[in-house]
Amino acid sequence: MKNLNEKYIKEIYQLIKSLLTFCKYELTINKGEINLSCSVKDLTKVLLFLKDNPSLGMECLTDIAAVDFPERSIRFMVVYSLLSVSKNFRLKVKVNVSEDAALPSINEIYSCADWCEREIWDLFGIRFKDHPDLRRLLTDYDFQGHPLRKDFPLTGFTQVKYDNELSRIVSEPVKLDQAYRNFDNLSPWEGMGKYLPGDEKSDHKND
Amino acid sequence: MTKRENYSLNFGPQHPAAHGVLRLVLELDGEVVERADPHIGLLHRGTEKLIENKTYIQALPYFDRLDYVSPMCQEHAYALAIEKLLDIEVPLRGQFIRVIFSEVTRILNHILNLTTFALDVGAMTPFLWLFEEREVMMEFYERVSGSRLHSAYFRPGGVHRDLPDGLVDDIESFCDRFPKKIDDLEKLLETNRIFRQRSVDIGKINKEEALNKGFSGPCLRASGVEWDLRRNQPYDYYSELDFKIPVGTNGDCFERFLVRIEEMRQSIIIIKQCIKKLPNGPSISDDPRIVPPKRNQMKSSMESLINHFKLFTEGFHVPKGETYTCVEAPKGEFGVYLISDGTNKPYRCKIRAPGFAFLQATEFLSKGHMLSDLVAIIGSLDIVFGEIDR
Repeated sequence: MKNLNEKYIKEIYQLIKSLLTFCKYELTINKGEINLSCSVKDLTKVLLFLKDNPSLGMECLTDIAAVDFPERSIRFMVVYSLLSVSKNFRLKVKVNVSEDAALPSINEIYSCADWCEREIWDLFGIRFKDHPDLRRLLTDYDFQGHPLRKDFPLTGFTQVKYDNELSRIVSEPVKLDQAYRNFDNLSPWEGMGKYLPGDEKSDHKND
Repeated sequence: MTKRENYSLNFGPQHPAAHGVLRLVLELDGEVVERADPHIGLLHRGTEKLIENKTYIQALPYFDRLDYVSPMCQEHAYALAIEKLLDIEVPLRGQFIRVIFSEVTRILNHILNLTTFALDVGAMTPFLWLFEEREVMMEFYERVSGSRLHSAYFRPGGVHRDLPDGLVDDIESFCDRFPKKIDDLEKLLETNRIFRQRSVDIGKINKEEALNKGFSGPCLRASGVEWDLRRNQPYDYYSELDFKIPVGTNGDCFERFLVRIEEMRQSIIIIKQCIKKLPNGPSISDDPRIVPPKRNQMKSSMESLINHFKLFTEGFHVPKGETYTCVEAPKGEFGVYLISDGTNKPYRCKIRAPGFAFLQATEFLSKGHMLSDLVAIIGSLDIVFGEIDR
């Protein structure tokens, strides 16, 4: 079963390589998953091609995920997970986008991208060009900042409470009775190996 | 003649038919919905941010709290993602136990959805009848994991501990008894005039639209797409099991209801097959990289003691890589996009919740319907805010 799958993934990989010829991109297979990296300007074309080509038929966009890499020169990576129900395979399309650039909205291609893009704007602050309604989605109505960025602290900046005198909800700078405890147990130890070192009492033979 | 104007209505966030904390801003023309704008995020807890700050094993219980009526299926997706990155095989008994409890979870979820859906459109009895059975299954949860809801039972490498004595027999006798209850539920509702009037041809969506809107699970199958990850992209032991996938044609509220009814029957069949074939052996992998050693080992072996200490303070390291792994949760495709940077904490964990796509389609589904139909549509989509708001 597993081998058959790998063969099928390779076939799809070759198929995309032979069909997608109009722009520059990078195609890799990693852990049995196909990844395609392309540039921002080609994104709409590539997605439209993947959706409309009958031998690929990626009719479903399952999710859009953004990832923040503050140390990279192009800060964000946005990953579009596509699914082909008719051909039964998945594909991830990745683009890198900097903090001040905007991505094209793909609402017209996949209508479920609407909320995914709003969520990314809300949590990462990546803008989408031509999005019909780019409002915040998950955070509060008057929220400031983009919480999933790596430089946003886990405890946030403000806290809300009900003020009895004003008889409304007020927000104030966050006040912690006890500082946030981040146990950093990370050590240079690279984790346990498959077999315990020096464990002569065990029956395992190191193989 | 006086001028007629549309008026806006604020539906929720505290409304029994909103299935949680949904705020809908509706624009109504008389009683007909012209625009429905869901405002979500009232249950946003920043799960993804929290996961980035926890070790891999500490992050697992957060998955119970996403869709809190089908906790184990979500742990399953997370456990599978870690296993994929670490390249770990789960022993056969562990796979069987996971399949059994995934299906128990599916029945749990469908009972909740179907009966509250019926409650929304005016039928009270199914709720009273089936919640009794739901409690019985929660007891199965309690017996394996110690808690009725937030179980944290599926772990990377298998399940936390083996089934307690006698549980298999109890699940089996439940499986013999339960199909009768499904028949009762179906008999009550399927031919019921009021139920049909409230659900047939309400909230219709066709194949192409459903795929374009990112539907999955029972809602997609009701529209006539034969797509089930347990069959099409099998994980654990599902590839060897024999079960049918119910598919609808119309994609309306009534068919979503029928598909779920049939799925419960199929789940019973799957559980029975698994119980029949349940092999002996370990229920969790013996890989010391992720699985803590047994107590009695720790008493005699220094290395095991150190291993145990390291696993519960530092946690295990996951090699650099990324994966999108998904399972067929009761509501649809539940996926975890996990990026590891080689340390003991996930670099990024994006959660793909099936309900997110469903709720987004509310406006499409309810346009032109009456306000009371909107309630039926929300009920049939199976929306739980824990997973949508994350």
